[in-house]
Amino acid sequence: MPAPAGRDPHLVVVGASLAGLRAAESARRSGFTGAITLVGAEEHLPYDRPPLSKDFLTTDAEPAPTLLRDETVLRDLDIHLRLGTTATGLDTEDRVVATDAGDVAFTSLVLATGATPRMLPGAGRLRGVHVLRTLDDARAIRRAVDAGARTVVVGAGFIGSEIASSARARGCDVTVVEALPTPLARPVGETMGRVLAALHEKHGTRLRVGVGVDGLEGDGDVRAVRLADGTRIQADLVVIGIGVTPNVAWLAGSGLEIGDGVECDAHLCAGVAGVYAAGDIARWHNPTFDTRMRLEHWTIAAEQGGVAGRNAVDPAAATAFETVPYFWSDWYGKRIQMVGVASGADEIATVAGDPDGDTFVVLYRHGDRLLGALTLEARSQVMKYRAMLATGASWEDALAFAKERAAKAAAKTVALSSADGTSAPL
Amino acid sequence: MQIHTDTDLCTGHGICESILPAVFEVGNDGQVHLLDTPLTEDMRPLLESAVAECPSRALSLEG
Repeated sequence: MPAPAGRDPHLVVVGASLAGLRAAESARRSGFTGAITLVGAEEHLPYDRPPLSKDFLTTDAEPAPTLLRDETVLRDLDIHLRLGTTATGLDTEDRVVATDAGDVAFTSLVLATGATPRMLPGAGRLRGVHVLRTLDDARAIRRAVDAGARTVVVGAGFIGSEIASSARARGCDVTVVEALPTPLARPVGETMGRVLAALHEKHGTRLRVGVGVDGLEGDGDVRAVRLADGTRIQADLVVIGIGVTPNVAWLAGSGLEIGDGVECDAHLCAGVAGVYAAGDIARWHNPTFDTRMRLEHWTIAAEQGGVAGRNAVDPAAATAFETVPYFWSDWYGKRIQMVGVASGADEIATVAGDPDGDTFVVLYRHGDRLLGALTLEARSQVMKYRAMLATGASWEDALAFAKERAAKAAAKTVALSSADGTSAPL
Repeated sequence: MQIHTDTDLCTGHGICESILPAVFEVGNDGQVHLLDTPLTEDMRPLLESAVAECPSRALSLEG
């Protein structure tokens, strides 16, 4: 990337969470010797978000946040942090990022500003109503859970379900309300959405589906959630988990193509030389599935950050980003894992365990190809299917593999049962 | 060059297995295990990816 005349090479990364941190690190590790500045809106050092809806809420005492890197690691990599600094605009001609603490000139840029949870209209005015994205959000929710709050979670997606699970683990009375008739239909399909949703009731969380929220009641503090069918659910804590919006408003007027996120090419370039995007805001063409995707997964943020950082400082050697999407979610002590995609599936097949039981492996077919795999408590199996998806495995091959694996597991179970009366897991 | 897994941190996502199936495999115990494949210098970039992309920060590479 030719730097503008008289300007020393300077990679600016906007967004100091996972994608941004990985971009800065990988640029440095790829041999870039110019300055690197990591700009983050939050005051905290880059921390890991997945634990916030899980262990952070369930431990007896509030744990320290899980930092993604020690400050010393960042110092050793000569990455300059500008925390508590919000980007407000981008000038792609002068190559300057405007922030609430002044302008930052760049020669290369990675956009990784993530996403903001959607709020119910008017809901934020009452105390006790939260979303969960940041450490500060998690601390507020934790305080309420510590006090045994009657909890209503609005939205039965993954984040809402994890919060429900964590609040249950702490003994709270929990209701999840979902406006759609089937939770999680988009990420896992309707059939499996129903299967996963059943975990809530199995663990004492009430689930109301197909009914929207009419309004929240309270007198400063939230007191109840009123549903569209007139039901009133008493609540001391309401957590809204109805999805996120990519943080791209600040890029208006930059000349970048903004649609559902920042429109990127196969290399994650945002259409201006040396300007790349990664994580929740990046929409790009994923060759593995031959479709444009924007994903809000931890793994995508990590992987894309790495590629965008390298590509931004050495566009001549830029590589395309392709991946098999992976996400996980932990509910009631059980691990849900998904590789590939569910949307567009022509068929689903259970190849191990039982969807009504404690463990299963379900495969998704599109045409004659494997499209995805969803597992519950089958950690030893899921990545086998990720590998198959990466090479475009046929449906037939996937079924044959599953059959062989099931046969081996059965043989092992028989051997073990005859030896000591126990059975082997999947 | 040596790779270490911290069994207190590993929760068996298996990202490492999907990056280097010859080296890592998640077992029925839900934890990653190192296979017998000798580590070679040409694996270094992939090993570094496995370390960087572990959601539990359970891997480290030495040497």
